[in-house]
Amino acid sequence: MSITCELSNLTSKKAKESSFDKKWLKKPLLFLVLCGSVVVIVLVMFSRLGRIQKEETGSCNGEAKVLYRHQNVTRSEIHDLVSLFSDSDQVLSFECRKESRLGMWGNYDITCSLSMLSEKQETGGVPWNLNPSGLEHSVSSTSRMCNNLEQNLQQPEKLEEEYYEEGLDQGLSSYLRNAWWCLILGVLVCHKIYVSHSKAPTESKERVHMQEPLAQKKQQQRAQTSSRGAGKWRKNILLLGILGGVSFSVWWFWDTNEEIIMKRRETLANMCDERARVLQDQFNVSLNHVHALSILVSTFHHGKSPSAIDQKTFEEYTERTNFERPLTSGVAYALKVPHSEREKFEKEHGWSIKKMETEDQTVVQDCVPENFDPAPIQDEYAPVIFAQETVSHIVSVDMMSGEEDRENILRARASGKGVLTSPFKLLKSNHLGVVLTFAVYDTSLAPDATEEQRIDATIGYLGASYDMPSLVEKLLHQLASKQTIAVDVYDTTNASGLIKMYGSEIGDISEQHISSLDFGDPSRNHEMHCRFKHKLPIPWTAITPSILVLVITFLVGYIFNEALNRIATVEDDCQKMRELKARAEAADVAKSQFLATVSHEIRTPMNGVLGMLKLLMDTDLDAKQLDYAQTAHGSGKDLTSLINEVLDQAKIESGRLELENVPFDMRFILDNVSSLLSGKANEKGIELAVYVSSQVPDVVVGDPSRFRQIITNLVGNSIKFTQERGHIFISVHLADEVREPLNIEDAVLKQRLALGCSESGETVSGFPAVNACGSWKNFKTFYSTENHNSDKIKLLVTVEDTGVGIPVDAQGRIFTPFMQADSSTSRTYGGTGIGLSISKRLVELMQGEMGFVSEPGTGSTFSFTGVFGKAETSSSVTKLERFDLAIQDFKGLRALVIDNRNIRAEVTSYHLQRLGISADIVSSLRLACTSVSKLDNLAMVLIDKDAWNKKDFAALDKLLTFSKITFTRVPKIILLATSATLTERSEMKSSGLIDEVVIKPLRMSVLICCFQETLVNGKKRQPNRKRRNLGHLLREKQILVVDDNLVNRRVAEGALKKYGAIVTCVESGKAALEMLKPPHNFEACFMDLQMPEMDGFEATRRVRDLEWEINKKIASGEASAELLCKSSSWHVPILAMTADVIQATHEECMKCGMDGYVSKPFEEEVLYTAVARFFEPC
Amino acid sequence: MDALITQLQRQFRDYTISLYQQGFLDDQFTELKKLQDDGSPDFVAEVLTLFFEDCVKLISNMARALDQTTGNVDYSKVGASVHQLKGSSSSVGAKRVKALCVSFKDYCDTQNFEGCVRCLQQVDIEYKTLKTKLQDLFNLEKQIIQAGGRVPQVDIN
Repeated sequence: MSITCELSNLTSKKAKESSFDKKWLKKPLLFLVLCGSVVVIVLVMFSRLGRIQKEETGSCNGEAKVLYRHQNVTRSEIHDLVSLFSDSDQVLSFECRKESRLGMWGNYDITCSLSMLSEKQETGGVPWNLNPSGLEHSVSSTSRMCNNLEQNLQQPEKLEEEYYEEGLDQGLSSYLRNAWWCLILGVLVCHKIYVSHSKAPTESKERVHMQEPLAQKKQQQRAQTSSRGAGKWRKNILLLGILGGVSFSVWWFWDTNEEIIMKRRETLANMCDERARVLQDQFNVSLNHVHALSILVSTFHHGKSPSAIDQKTFEEYTERTNFERPLTSGVAYALKVPHSEREKFEKEHGWSIKKMETEDQTVVQDCVPENFDPAPIQDEYAPVIFAQETVSHIVSVDMMSGEEDRENILRARASGKGVLTSPFKLLKSNHLGVVLTFAVYDTSLAPDATEEQRIDATIGYLGASYDMPSLVEKLLHQLASKQTIAVDVYDTTNASGLIKMYGSEIGDISEQHISSLDFGDPSRNHEMHCRFKHKLPIPWTAITPSILVLVITFLVGYIFNEALNRIATVEDDCQKMRELKARAEAADVAKSQFLATVSHEIRTPMNGVLGMLKLLMDTDLDAKQLDYAQTAHGSGKDLTSLINEVLDQAKIESGRLELENVPFDMRFILDNVSSLLSGKANEKGIELAVYVSSQVPDVVVGDPSRFRQIITNLVGNSIKFTQERGHIFISVHLADEVREPLNIEDAVLKQRLALGCSESGETVSGFPAVNACGSWKNFKTFYSTENHNSDKIKLLVTVEDTGVGIPVDAQGRIFTPFMQADSSTSRTYGGTGIGLSISKRLVELMQGEMGFVSEPGTGSTFSFTGVFGKAETSSSVTKLERFDLAIQDFKGLRALVIDNRNIRAEVTSYHLQRLGISADIVSSLRLACTSVSKLDNLAMVLIDKDAWNKKDFAALDKLLTFSKITFTRVPKIILLATSATLTERSEMKSSGLIDEVVIKPLRMSVLICCFQETLVNGKKRQPNRKRRNLGHLLREKQILVVDDNLVNRRVAEGALKKYGAIVTCVESGKAALEMLKPPHNFEACFMDLQMPEMDGFEATRRVRDLEWEINKKIASGEASAELLCKSSSWHVPILAMTADVIQATHEECMKCGMDGYVSKPFEEEVLYTAVARFFEPC
Repeated sequence: MDALITQLQRQFRDYTISLYQQGFLDDQFTELKKLQDDGSPDFVAEVLTLFFEDCVKLISNMARALDQTTGNVDYSKVGASVHQLKGSSSSVGAKRVKALCVSFKDYCDTQNFEGCVRCLQQVDIEYKTLKTKLQDLFNLEKQIIQAGGRVPQVDIN
């Protein structure tokens, strides 16, 4: 249960982590996308601003150009006038006129400057004969003015530019600020969405975790669906993003395209207007000039008598001033001749008035006026008398005879202004053209004359023909970008029928701009239609970025899609892995439970088998049967130990083996092991010796059973592989002692380390052994002093043997489970080869290391380190208590150890020291005789069998007997033997020389027994064998049995009673609590675990609490006398009774303060081992 | 007389072995018998009586709990009773009852109503069978004792 809980916790943690990872992964992506979009928007806005600015400056420039051109026109005109009339004597009046006329259309500044000029001329008293230099000056000044004006015009332009830049700066900064806010807002929103989205599944997960792990499957499903939902959600977002990107791209394209079209339209309008204006201006200039010409004619032809102008003068003048009227193909002057004066007129000029041949006009290219018919009789005629050379063919032609011309003339003289005809094919050139007609009046005409007065005052008509196509073409040539634009000029006087005056068919008619033209004739309307010659080019500027955006969108979308798919697959995989992991872990749990159960199930019948075999062996059997039974028993035992080992291995592998942390006496454990294995060792004749350095504390904190297991394993191995000779030496030192080899105080260690230096070094048995220090030289943590905790000690345990050793090639794999050094060894020596592997793992659990050194033929030394806690000095280990009394007896005694091997003598003295006996060492009997001082006041003499020598002993005995006189007691002579048969021992004893024979290995209990027997005579010894009897353990003990099940209770009671215990039964945890409330007489309690109301765990916990309180009171002296118990504090041993043998339950038992557990139903062996820890045999 | 005793003893031995072989009893019963000595001569009988009384009580408890007419079934109650019964039966070595209890417990954990009811019926039958068999055994024992013989130690296997 707890494991599954942990498991679910683990998975939940991982799930959370992974979700966190995802979130973390997503954020920069989102941020990236946001940044990208913001950058794109910024770029768009920038380009837009730039474009607007350019347009503005462009239009400004255009206007400035137009103005500038006007200036130029004016300037050149003044130049012409000056050059033309430089020899004339009527300049002033002309100038006045010029001024007024300029004022009509010109700029105010220019008018001013010109008037100033005239004033200057007047005030300067310049004669009307023009001084060329003065005029030149004035002209130059005018031009300067023009320059100034230009500058003035340019200045605002500059100002405007500056303004735009400033505005741009401001706009940009504010725009950036807005963009930042948008960005932050976007990030926040995204974050919020994410958080709320990711919170939901985790919450649900957590909720699920609160429940039982049974719900794990459900939770997994839920997690799956939620992840799937998240995937969908993400996909939707992605789709939305892509759609957004596409729509943005489309929008951008549309927007840019629209802008391009707008700009084109604007450009078209600008250009069209410009062209129209220029055309109009030019036309007006020509018109004015024609007007001026009419006045010239009226002044010089009619005003003078005789006329100052004849055809030749006119021709010359008009020719010379033709540049003034670049648009006119020719000018002519017709006189008003009434019918009455026709003959006179004809006579005067010598030709007859001719009729205009309108019908021939289209066909005849080179019309000759002489061929024309004379004009029909009319009221009046308008024969051309003067004509420019270009149109000299119309001299003598009657203008009134042409339909258009007649109408024109009539309108012109009525209005007194220039009048235009509708366009018609001109004579000769066959181009479309218009004729401008000005009436020439008698000079006496008042400015506010009526129409009739005007008609009457008319004396002639001046006409100018405008060749429209060439005019427009000439004009357009002057202007920029004439290639791109096509221009049509229409006469729109008649609204129903437009007359095209100029134009081509080319160009895109769909978009055109119409600008109206004012040619100075109010009765006629003209329009200019402009269009681009080429169709709208493909708007690459719009297409390219939008396509780029599109591509980027799709790329990013693809990348995200891939990423999402990957995330989905990874999540799926993760899910699968988690499931597999859960399954695997469940399988592992099941496996270990199975192992625990099975091993228990096997052990139980095995115990039966072993017990039965033992019983069988006790019955009367013949030798053969006994042999069979013994073999079976041995095999059974092997099987049991193998099962235990396999179980251990399984536990360690699943990491569920936890070490205990209880104080224990290491020496006691070692005694235990040596006594356990002494049988085997003695059988083989191997000397077994245990030595613990005096620096190792009496009590350490660790796991005694596991420590014991390791030692047993190593020693067992050593015994197995040692043949009939030599020794096995177990030694325990502090790691610190060994680490500093120079100041070793311990005699044994010194000698052993010296072994490496000299081959003649001593060993326990005299047989050579390998140098132990090689076994720990590879320890990694051994020499590091860094984790030098004051409450921890590191012990170094070595097990030295003189066995067969390990073959060099097998040394690398001996710690591998089920691998023995040699497959043949497995047959020779048996065993599974799992022991070393388990031992190594156990050592690693103790934060130590295990190593070995081995020499085939010489032996092996295994050593391991382990970290143990230092026990508090006050806490005593119960097991020692029973020896305390004996030790009190021996304290202060002196002994002499006679042994030819120093190291063995040290071991012996170590054991004696444990009993408080101080020992002197002498290497031989003879030497003992000589050193008399050591013989003083001896309590005992221990002689090793190897040093035994009857002859020398006689001498010593004599000496000792002699000392009897001086001292009160004779030292007891004790022989230490590795092996001695009973007969040998009795022989020795009976010889009277020896008081007692002690069979090695030496251990405290044996020594105590022996000494008690020899030194303190009269005390009856408990037969050692009977200690393993439950009856002695439980006899007369007060025991409480707690079980709710009546039958179980009765059975337990029966079982315990059988062993002589006094049993009290209660049926609930509460009752037990009542019974166990101190003070009470119970010496142990057997508690069922599963009970209604209060289970065994709870009851134990409460009992422990009670005891703790009472103990505290006792400690502080508050408790009354009756609360005091035999021992210093209350602690009743509580053993769990359970049918469940799973480790977890065991741990639970320990956790709540139980001292052990007994499997139900009772078995003698189990009961004994459990109870033996608490009761000493009586 | 001796012949009778021998016959009875053989009968007793055979009967006991058959009980073991048919799986009614297991080693725990042997252990229980070992606990009976001069100090408590009727120990086994006493324990068994307690066991059967326990059985009657627990089975009626479970039957009540599993009675559907009272509405919903209280599986935890049934489970507790089954656990008790399992403990008792394993203590006296009633092997078949114990085995049934194990599967009963499983059904109870999975809240399988039909399985529970079936198990309950089987347990009822089983413990009654065991009771009669053991009564027979005790009768044989009594007869042997009355005849002045010793109840033989029966070695299983």
